[in-house]
Amino acid sequence: MEENLVFVQGNEACVEGALYAGMSFFAGYPITPSTEIAELLARRLPGRGGRFIQMEDEISSLCAIIGGSLTGNKVMTATSGPGFSLMQEALGFAVMAEIPCVIVNVQRGGPSTGNPTHVGQGDVNQARWGTHGDHAIITLTASTHQDVLEMTVHAFNMAETYRTPVILLFDEVIGHMREKLVIPEAGVLPVVDRLRTSVKRGVDYHPYLPREDGRLPMSDFGGDHRYNVTGLYHDMWGFPSSNPKVVESLLNHLVDKIETNVHEITRYKELYLEDAEVILISFGSAARSTLHTVENRRRRGDRLGYLELQSIWPFPVDLIREKCRKARRIVVVEMNKGQVTGLVKAAVENPERVFLANRIDGELISPTNIKNILRIIQGRGV
Amino acid sequence: MDNDKKTTVLTLTDEEIVNPGNRACSGCGLGIVYRTALKALGKDTVLAVPPSCLTVLQGLYPVASTKLPCVNVTFASTAAAATGVRAALRATGRDHLNVVAFAGDGGTGDIGIQALSGACERGEDIIYICYDNEAYMNTGVQRSGTTPKGVMTTTTPIKGKLQHKKDVPSIIAAHGIDYVATASAAYPLDLYDKVKKAASMKGGTRYIHVHTPCPSGWGFAPQYTVHIGKLGVTTGLFDLYEIVKGEFSLTGESAKRVGKERTPVEEYFKTQRRFRSLSQELTDEMQGMIDAKWANYTA
Repeated sequence: MEENLVFVQGNEACVEGALYAGMSFFAGYPITPSTEIAELLARRLPGRGGRFIQMEDEISSLCAIIGGSLTGNKVMTATSGPGFSLMQEALGFAVMAEIPCVIVNVQRGGPSTGNPTHVGQGDVNQARWGTHGDHAIITLTASTHQDVLEMTVHAFNMAETYRTPVILLFDEVIGHMREKLVIPEAGVLPVVDRLRTSVKRGVDYHPYLPREDGRLPMSDFGGDHRYNVTGLYHDMWGFPSSNPKVVESLLNHLVDKIETNVHEITRYKELYLEDAEVILISFGSAARSTLHTVENRRRRGDRLGYLELQSIWPFPVDLIREKCRKARRIVVVEMNKGQVTGLVKAAVENPERVFLANRIDGELISPTNIKNILRIIQGRGV
Repeated sequence: MDNDKKTTVLTLTDEEIVNPGNRACSGCGLGIVYRTALKALGKDTVLAVPPSCLTVLQGLYPVASTKLPCVNVTFASTAAAATGVRAALRATGRDHLNVVAFAGDGGTGDIGIQALSGACERGEDIIYICYDNEAYMNTGVQRSGTTPKGVMTTTTPIKGKLQHKKDVPSIIAAHGIDYVATASAAYPLDLYDKVKKAASMKGGTRYIHVHTPCPSGWGFAPQYTVHIGKLGVTTGLFDLYEIVKGEFSLTGESAKRVGKERTPVEEYFKTQRRFRSLSQELTDEMQGMIDAKWANYTA
């Protein structure tokens, strides 16, 4: 294992994860703080027979990987706030056309150009609802570089399993911070390969006819089968349809294939929840300070518990409700105006127990910040 | 350009619109371009600028470098924002102001070309100045459409860029707008006169493309910005010209080179680390392209 031990940025851990998962095509556009992902892949992909293209903007970046995915490749793009905004239309297309792809959003301070070289976690709801229309989406996050690698692999697995775009919601601190990373040997982490159709060449293939388990086998575009791909509502052939039955069943399928598999998709970490009076829920870089606070206060006798969300969408409502059942207070630590806090309030019984501990000035929330907010919440003064 | 109307260092205005002590890197070619162009435009000017090195140069408060109103818009929309500003100024009777879009090569020729092409096609009454430092410098030197072939950037790290430089001024000229010009940071007086001329041709879209050496991105010491900018012109690689209502003419140093010997382009490549992996074959190819281009000029 020694030779697999590296000291890297989170963006590099993401690259390692993508390569581990077998990603072979990346298209992207420079934007702080995600640029290193593109730069590293420009260097790494060609030697592995993969392809890197720098596109002319983020709209074309996502569209290019959609095309690359259709032809049978595992694909990824990486961006940050403004670029993620430009990707929203194509993101909806990938949802509608059920195209596996991974979109990395290394969050910075927003809205707009915002605070490019500083941290923020304000894109949680954009990841969910940024593109128009009803739909479901998978969004994963990570607080350590080891997790960045594993969640990146998980993202590809989820994308291929459910034929859907998956968003990796990292942030500037995770992306730029350097930390130890152990790159696992091949076979250590599960890697899901694309389910390809067994329908022979020349035999009718229905690209949008789910199997009994809901999965849709794919056929490499331009290969054995001729089929249509569209952002319009479509039938099992992929041809446009406005038949009300077709429209309704497709939308239900798009949402159900993800919402009914929350348990398969959900990833989280927990610590000391059994006897916790106060549960701190966090994700991404904010979770690092949260974990420190919990460990630190535990040693002083405070019964704090730690729950880190590694998957945010679909939101693990049942998990949160169950884990928080006995807690007197629930504090959500995040670097936005309370996007996950609202979700937790909606998930738990007695939502008056839920509080927000945040920092929104572009600096990483510190354990001291969290401790001080906890003291206010607990009525102990600062 | 009429010879006897050329601005000289003696006739150049003393008025500065750009404050000193801004946040540009030392030796930044954009510093020269921005200062000179704004001198020519004067105070009756409003700016639209996308994310770029220019937003860094303009500084973080209180180190603000510009004495003009500036809308720092989104990356893809510089010309669109300028369009809107112009329309509203016209509607409110303040049409005398110059509306100037000032963007880098990525913001002009890559992500921004749709908005720019739209503005040119509509003939919007704006001046668009592109400072071309031939890569995405603000994010740390990634290739752009205007990066020359063979250049090493962080996203062309193995063989250098595989494609030739996108000829943005020709694309813009194909829209048939009133005024298209190229200039260089190494010839600020030529740039000054062209911006003045653009400002005087109110009514349509005017476009100026400025070759802008970048010490940190191109890999040379900051004191050589002007030297390298001049080499770009004297080798015939980057030409100074104007297209006024469809009439093409070389100007300044480029006009003087017609029928005369040009510096071999290899001399230009040798000055910059970004060309470090350039093969002799590619150097010859580039020299051949320059020679062919200049054969047309002299014909």
